[in-house]
Amino acid sequence: MLILEKNAMTEEIEKLVEKYGPERSSLLPILQDIQRDHKSIPDFAQQEVARLLDIHPVEVFSVISFYSFLNTEPKGKFIVRLCQTITCDIKGKERIAQAIERELGISFGETTKDNKYTLEFANCLGMCDQGPAMLINDMVYANLTPEKAVKILKGVK
Amino acid sequence: MDSRKDYRAPLSQQPLTIEKPTDLTAIGGTITVEINEKKVVVPLGTTILDACKMAGISIPTLCHHEDLCIAGVCRICVVEVEGMRTLQASCAFPITAPIKIKTSTSMVRKARRHIIDLMLSEHYGECYSCVRNGNCELQTLAKEYGVDNYTFGHVEKPRYEVDRSSYSVIRDMSKCILCKRCVRTCIDLQEVGVLESIGRGDATHISTFLEKPLSDVICINCGQCINRCPTAALRANDPSDEIWRAIDDPKKHVVIQTAPSPRAAICEEFGMEAGTSLTQELNTALKRIGFDKVFDTNFTADLTIIEEGTELVIRLYKALVGKDASVSLPQFTSCSPGWVKYLEHYYPEYLDNLSSAKSPQQMFGSLIKTFYAEKNGVDPADIVSVALMPCSAKKFECNRPEMVDSGYKDVDYGLTTREMAKMIKEAGINLPEMPKSHFDNPFGEASGAGLIFGATGGVMEAAIRTIVEFITGAKAEDVFANANVLDVRGFEGIKYMEIPLGDTFGPVPGLISHLVPNWDWLKGATLKVAVAHGTANAKKVMDDIKAGGKFSECHFIEFMACPGGCLGGGGQPIPTTPEIREKRAKAIYAEDESLELRKSHENPNVIKLYEEFLTEGPCSHLSHKLLHTHYLKRGKYII
Amino acid sequence: MVKTKREGSVIFSEYKRGEAIKAALEKKREDILLELRESKVKGRGGAGFPTATKWMVVAASTAEIKYVICNADEGEPGTFKDRVLLVDYPELVFDGMVVAGYTIGASRGIVYLRGEYEYIRKPLEDYLESMRKDNLLGKNILGKEGFDFDISIRMGSGAYVCGEETALIESLEGNRGEARNKPPYPVNTGFFGRPTVVNNVETLAAVSHIVVKGGDWFRQHGTDKSTGSKLFSISGDCELPGVYELPWGTKLSELLTLVGAKNTKAIQVGGASGICLNKTQFDRTLAYEDAATGGSIMIFNGSRNMVHILKNFMEFFVEESCGQCTPCRIGNVKLLEGVKMIESGEYTFDYIEKLMELGRTMQVSSKCGLGQSSPNPFISILENFKDEIFNGNGGYNG
Repeated sequence: MLILEKNAMTEEIEKLVEKYGPERSSLLPILQDIQRDHKSIPDFAQQEVARLLDIHPVEVFSVISFYSFLNTEPKGKFIVRLCQTITCDIKGKERIAQAIERELGISFGETTKDNKYTLEFANCLGMCDQGPAMLINDMVYANLTPEKAVKILKGVK
Repeated sequence: MDSRKDYRAPLSQQPLTIEKPTDLTAIGGTITVEINEKKVVVPLGTTILDACKMAGISIPTLCHHEDLCIAGVCRICVVEVEGMRTLQASCAFPITAPIKIKTSTSMVRKARRHIIDLMLSEHYGECYSCVRNGNCELQTLAKEYGVDNYTFGHVEKPRYEVDRSSYSVIRDMSKCILCKRCVRTCIDLQEVGVLESIGRGDATHISTFLEKPLSDVICINCGQCINRCPTAALRANDPSDEIWRAIDDPKKHVVIQTAPSPRAAICEEFGMEAGTSLTQELNTALKRIGFDKVFDTNFTADLTIIEEGTELVIRLYKALVGKDASVSLPQFTSCSPGWVKYLEHYYPEYLDNLSSAKSPQQMFGSLIKTFYAEKNGVDPADIVSVALMPCSAKKFECNRPEMVDSGYKDVDYGLTTREMAKMIKEAGINLPEMPKSHFDNPFGEASGAGLIFGATGGVMEAAIRTIVEFITGAKAEDVFANANVLDVRGFEGIKYMEIPLGDTFGPVPGLISHLVPNWDWLKGATLKVAVAHGTANAKKVMDDIKAGGKFSECHFIEFMACPGGCLGGGGQPIPTTPEIREKRAKAIYAEDESLELRKSHENPNVIKLYEEFLTEGPCSHLSHKLLHTHYLKRGKYII
Repeated sequence: MVKTKREGSVIFSEYKRGEAIKAALEKKREDILLELRESKVKGRGGAGFPTATKWMVVAASTAEIKYVICNADEGEPGTFKDRVLLVDYPELVFDGMVVAGYTIGASRGIVYLRGEYEYIRKPLEDYLESMRKDNLLGKNILGKEGFDFDISIRMGSGAYVCGEETALIESLEGNRGEARNKPPYPVNTGFFGRPTVVNNVETLAAVSHIVVKGGDWFRQHGTDKSTGSKLFSISGDCELPGVYELPWGTKLSELLTLVGAKNTKAIQVGGASGICLNKTQFDRTLAYEDAATGGSIMIFNGSRNMVHILKNFMEFFVEESCGQCTPCRIGNVKLLEGVKMIESGEYTFDYIEKLMELGRTMQVSSKCGLGQSSPNPFISILENFKDEIFNGNGGYNG
């Protein structure tokens, strides 16, 4: 990370700490905000959060590694999370997965070269009556068909 | 908004919040429970585990450790509580009602066996090739519960690469059973914060920040995690093969210095009750193993007192008389390499407060390859210098690149008590049966003051004995009954003491008379000292100093990285518990009282050293070259 | 967000925003507790602990600070009724929280919303803001001197186990969502160590109705031991999946007819951590005392492979276990391995029986509800569908 980037990151985290308070209980909201804006929580950011909350970097790393929606490795601009739980599964999740993989040329767990899409499976999204369902970043899409899924994916901006 | 700044670890890992009443006669202070149909009266809030202990019933445990807060994660200690659908973890269940407990029903036995089976299915611990063979809690349990096959299979290959990056600690996570004792040790007990659970579900494992090797994170090498690991997932970096090789090499002159704490604890490795010093038996054993000379680290402990004490006098003189604002006070002790590295990482702005005197181990190292080599006509290149230490951080310390003041690596190997015991056993020697013998000259004699370095407060007590005599001219015995400075002894986390110096002073002793003209400048002064052991307590003191609190007014503070001081070091026999630490301390203090020589400055060999070798006295040019060092601003960032 | 009006006898019955708060503030705290006790309402999240008892413990505490937490970490596979409540009936949930705050003496409420529901966060924040404007939140609520209460929303980040109340609290405190040892329970030592009421979204909605319409009215619905009605999330093989409000005591067969399920072979009651019932068990009733559920009902028809279904559940638990306790962390892996053995035909009956025993150990020795219930599908599917799995066509039957 360049020094300028580091300084910007520090400033950003200082603002978040000010917003949520310098307590450990602010850890998740702070990490969630960093994750949302950067699509990952970089090493340096973890250490800065640790410093400002007076905890150890490994504790921050430990918390990030616990939650599926937080990650330390960079991800694409659009994180696609296809529900893999049984009701979506029996309604054709696999066919949708294959269609998306074909279309983007990557497998689940991977990110496209242009850093636009990351494909992941997620556990139950709470759309079981309208499966198959997927999240693209925060938005949910239900009643998917392979064709519809691909169309949605191509249309996100 | 509420906050919980004072809690660092999750509440599930905190001690139970139900307070135990101190007055047991008060109504409701005790409670009668039934354990296996036997009535037992226990204080309210006692855990089922402790209640069972009181009733003489043993419950297996793995994640439980007396030094640590409760985890309740291994589930091996489950018992049945009448009326509850599920089994309860006895280590985590506080008794607040007259419950009925059953500890050996078929459900309990089956559950425990299942839990052991599950652990064994993932534990890549091939017992024959394991350093904890014979002293492994999982192995013991498997035996107790009659495990004769792997019910749920067994890993065939190690799942993790062994991390050998550290000079002190080796991590082999294939042997980890996720009891999290190391996590609680590192974060709660020591406040160092290297290890935590990483991942979730079946991917959960213990690791470091960004899964970096130990050498790249803020590990202080204290080895407390090793002492609490039930298996060999954490172990010390053992140099005994190299040492054997040196012993077997006729060209090499292999010398060993032994620290007081291993001598008070090695008996435990030979099946003896904790608290028996085997100092002189050990001397014989080491000779029989093949060490050419056996020296007493207490000698350089005495030397440390002279050097560090002189340094303190100089600092005080500069600050009080010279009004030199650049002088850093309080002065911190520097004998504990774990503490030194902790300070380098967490409070690098206070490195000037750290005494520049080397630790006794390293002082000895540079003297052996200079003074001793010259005196005995040995080529220092042929000397292999070994240090028997209670400490895993000493392995790191002797490998610090600046520790080559003799022109060679000052100390070649740091060896722990456990590794020494293994070497002795390998040589076919039964240590307790050895005849006694003395240390070798020219460092043969040392004082009780050097000896008590092994216990928390020991360095401070040794320093006080000397400083008080130096300044007041009175005998330490006349100031403190039997020269025992009780205020700095004991296992309280932080100790504080004030010593009014009065206004009658003696002459300045010849050794330092060129540094201060007289003591008049100390008229009416009170010497303020403090002692902290365990880096969690050190952190409290440091934060207080930072905030300008009471400890910032101190003149001299002793810090030890390990709880209990060196006797509780990361290289000591496993297990180490509060009770065992107490017994080791008792042995050390008893030995001190049995000695005639109990003050560092009265050590005739130390006096001789200053007459023959360090002729310019303590803190002089040569002493600075050989006996003092400098430190590194490491900081907290991990790249 | 478009709100859908639904029909139902209790939860979906007529209710005006703020009604419950108004009604509660006119009552003494003890009377609200008594009303709740009269109603015999139990927790809607699945565990079924009497809500009145929970509240009474916290209300009786002399602690200065107490908390109300709404558990909206709806992660159980097959359940989505909390989402429906929060989207279509936020007034019921938030009013219920205010009533709880008033009754137990708390001034702060927190909604722990699962990360997957980020898209409903904004509407909920807006709704809270409108409540503040109308003095349904804030200081001296509706003119009641000294009663201050506010609600904030905290997001989860994709961890099923955080639906367990102590794991949820750990998560709120900034830690890994690892369940705590119990006792002490959150009612004694909860958020920041303070007495804390943690209630499911639907429980709080039920409370709002009870406070307005009375415990007697509530008790008229449902069965003796399971009072009131329940929201069921129906998914799987049926024509009309969705959220249904039905009285407790409804037979599974009645429910199948209602949702247009045909050729049904199996019903998974209670989500992944629930039990799977076969045809011979469809006359069982939905109730705490019979087939209990937090609301998830998944229907599988004759074309579905039971081993595949079981494998999906066990993969879920292997991933979602918090990983701290031995039985759950390793036990689920062993059960999943067993399912794979069945799938590939490389099993012995002896080993499957050993795994069933292991499952029973996990049920009693795991640290929290996750590991205690994760063997449920394993045990119930292998027991209730034994014939088709081991003697039939490897999990299929016609």
